[in-house]
Amino acid sequence: MKLKIAAKNIPLLATISVFVLLFAGSSFFLKGFFSLQVFINLFSENAFLGIAALGMTFVILSGGIDLSVGALIGFSSILLSRLIMDIGIHPVIAFAIVLLSGVILGTGMGCLIHFFNQPPFLITLAGMFLARGLGFVIKMEAMPVRHEFYKQINALSLPLGHTAFIPFTAFIFVILAVITWYISLYAKFGRNIYAMGGSEQSALLMGLPVRRTKIGVYAFSGFCASLAGIVYSLYTFSGNPTAGTTLELDAIAAVVIGGTPLIGGIGSPIGTVVGVLILGVIQTSIMFQGSLSSWWTKIVIGILLLAFILLQNLFQRKL
Amino acid sequence: MKPFRRKIRIPEQLIWPIAALFILLIFNFLFTENFFHIEIRNGKLFGSLIDILDRASPLMLVALGMTLVIATGGIDLSVGAVMAITGTIIAGLLAMPDFSILSWFNLPASFSLALCIALATGIIFGACNGILVSFFNIQAIVATLILMVAGRGIAQLLSNGQIITVQNDTFSFWGNGYFLGFPFTVFIVIIGFAVCWILIRKTALGLFVEASGSNPVASHYSGINIRMVKFMIYGFSGFCAGLAGILVAADIKAADANNAGLYLELDAILATVLGGTALKGGRCFLAGSLIGAVLIQSVTTTILTRGVPVEYTLVVKALVIVMICLLQSAEFRRMIINRFRKTGK
Repeated sequence: MKLKIAAKNIPLLATISVFVLLFAGSSFFLKGFFSLQVFINLFSENAFLGIAALGMTFVILSGGIDLSVGALIGFSSILLSRLIMDIGIHPVIAFAIVLLSGVILGTGMGCLIHFFNQPPFLITLAGMFLARGLGFVIKMEAMPVRHEFYKQINALSLPLGHTAFIPFTAFIFVILAVITWYISLYAKFGRNIYAMGGSEQSALLMGLPVRRTKIGVYAFSGFCASLAGIVYSLYTFSGNPTAGTTLELDAIAAVVIGGTPLIGGIGSPIGTVVGVLILGVIQTSIMFQGSLSSWWTKIVIGILLLAFILLQNLFQRKL
Repeated sequence: MKPFRRKIRIPEQLIWPIAALFILLIFNFLFTENFFHIEIRNGKLFGSLIDILDRASPLMLVALGMTLVIATGGIDLSVGAVMAITGTIIAGLLAMPDFSILSWFNLPASFSLALCIALATGIIFGACNGILVSFFNIQAIVATLILMVAGRGIAQLLSNGQIITVQNDTFSFWGNGYFLGFPFTVFIVIIGFAVCWILIRKTALGLFVEASGSNPVASHYSGINIRMVKFMIYGFSGFCAGLAGILVAADIKAADANNAGLYLELDAILATVLGGTALKGGRCFLAGSLIGAVLIQSVTTTILTRGVPVEYTLVVKALVIVMICLLQSAEFRRMIINRFRKTGK
């Protein structure tokens, strides 16, 4: 029996092999890198980036872009701090308020983009300014969160043997990844996104609900970004209006490295997860190495982006 | 026979930004004290209006390059990062701090040499974008995203993550100097605009640029070397961004690789779109982009001089963007007109 690989899976396989190579290389050169906990920490440390990137994946698959995710993380995290510490609302209710506000902002942007036929780039840029500005309006400085519930949630972790454990934030990331993967393959919403990203005109002529899908995509991205803000707040025990500055770039980079080109219609959330892990490995190994400075992360990500884009370009020409 | 008279006709696309700027100025005329007050001190003009032009000049330069890039149907996200790189290079070459890699090159601290090297770097980075877009056929937003991500890292690498301060009279003149009573930066913008305008409106180059943006296939068959046009335009955008980066660094007499030009690419795209150049390409309005840039700076200055708390600046900016986007949207105008017609009946 011959092993057949569908052409559309090649970019994903390339992404996975780059991840394996990077992880193996780092394990070989850096002492103490090769351990289960380091691997798991890739998920927990990059949980908020990953969650935002999953929302971004759907937006990019639909042929749009969302620049507001980073600012929305900052807004959500500071709103949470304010709600819990100053107003004294229970965190669970605060989470609901934050998620709702993210969905409202996303829906608003989606409506402007769809009904007034505006470029997503500009409208989500305005969304970014609005979310960042509202964050500053709530509070100008970072603010800690001290609440029993936060401690309880962070104590929820699944031990794996004696040496490793899976933190709660990693769980949220993985669960959301599975849900988006399921939506992208089996839900009507997901299939509509692919159809719309391939050709909006055709999707419209086929009678697919373009309006609902388009607005839904941005609402979903807003939901994911505010969830990422909650995870940020849980992870750092604080809120910061400047959190997530330029995170939208990392999210877009993770999506593109994960095999979802910005033209839309091609790619999968699984690729995005691997893309996020690749960014995580680069960051962790530069941290482990010690003498290299943090800006090498950006340069390496840039080089990887270039390599992947050239690779995708090669395959698209063949298809 | 009637004598031939050339009418000055303002394109429809320019009316909206001019109207918005006009409304803003009238608002300031009525409600902000001393907004139109200009005084002469030591032969230099001072006042809010002069300040707006001075502050907006880096954005205007970047917007010039961005307008041409958008006219070819592309976009350049890397301008902010290129600004950080050229600012770092010129400051590093002039100050030669020990922590910077630039001090490895044993160059004399001459301003003109540093200026040339910094501008050349800007052009080279722009040309790299151009190669990816025109010769590898990569989508512009993706191709320039690479440099947007990596560029700031390169700038931080060159400056070792530190702020480089410079003591150089020529350098600080470029940022803060006055010439004939006006800030020197304004003259750089005027020269840049004049050169662009002559090249685009008085030579065939403008036709090539707009043609390759509106219908690449047809332009190719009519013998336009689209690849070369795009390549050159991205190089020019890199040049504009490089010059803007130098002005920003000269203004504060220091290069900050972390924050110089941060999010300026978004402002530049905004200025271009506000100025009537549609993102889908094919047309360009250089003057419109300058008006757009002045409009953005006026909004910021108005917010500051009105005493609106700093934290509301971004919120107001967001609302202004949405309002102007809606004004330019045909769907929105139709909706409003229909609403008026219904109530009229």
